Amino acid sequence: MSVKLTTRQVGDVTVVDAVGRITLGEGASTFRDTIRDLASTGHKKILLNLGEVSYIDSSGIGEMVSGFTTLANQGGIVKLLNLTKRVKDLLQITKLYTVFEVFDDEAAAVRSFA
Amino acid sequence: MADQEGLEARTIDLLLDSTLDSVDVAEESVLKEAQELGFDDEDDLHQIGMSVRECMVNAVVHGNRYNARKKVHVMIQRSSDRLAIVIQDEGEGFNMAALPDPLADENLLRHSGRGLLLIQAYMDEFEIRPRKPHGTEVKMVKILAKAS
Repeated sequence: MSVKLTTRQVGDVTVVDAVGRITLGEGASTFRDTIRDLASTGHKKILLNLGEVSYIDSSGIGEMVSGFTTLANQGGIVKLLNLTKRVKDLLQITKLYTVFEVFDDEAAAVRSFA
Repeated sequence: MADQEGLEARTIDLLLDSTLDSVDVAEESVLKEAQELGFDDEDDLHQIGMSVRECMVNAVVHGNRYNARKKVHVMIQRSSDRLAIVIQDEGEGFNMAALPDPLADENLLRHSGRGLLLIQAYMDEFEIRPRKPHGTEVKMVKILAKAS
């Protein structure tokens, strides 16, 4: 299964609920297209909910980083919500925990954008 | 040849096309051997599977560049407590020392370059070397931890 992304609005924060795998190929390109579409339509505060993501490879990590820089270049930001242990480990190994703000609670995450 | 516990030591050879479908074939084949050898921890299997995927993607995409005339050779070597995977491509090869350090602050926001880092983190042994006359060979090993 590739990744399925659903967006919803909580105030001025766009929450992207991801389900499945973000890996080289369809999963990573779906993810890239969604983040670019959001950025190009003025969505500057994105909270990426990865609670139902079972697998991310280095290509998926690359797309997350690209999404972060795309938004940052437009004055926006991407934050992460509900990381599984495996994704937390990935961020630890790649040192990307120093780049992304990570939350376990959606309400707290949404408030942090204020 | 049987090992000390009666489990047959064996090597499986796969000669795969330079396609992304081959990534799935290699991962499934390695995980089947890993489970038969006794790996049953989900995190271990995840780490082995991801390491094979990362290495296969490097071989297919960066090594052979999807060239239909080039193959990826996968050898899965199983012994009593070791699962060794050797993956060879037929690409131009590369200088490992010239690769940017993915953990350096100035490289943290690069789009790519983290695959080998993940393999080294997830596997117990890792070697990479050029092949002659061309290509790259990666060998990675996961040791099966025995319950005391």
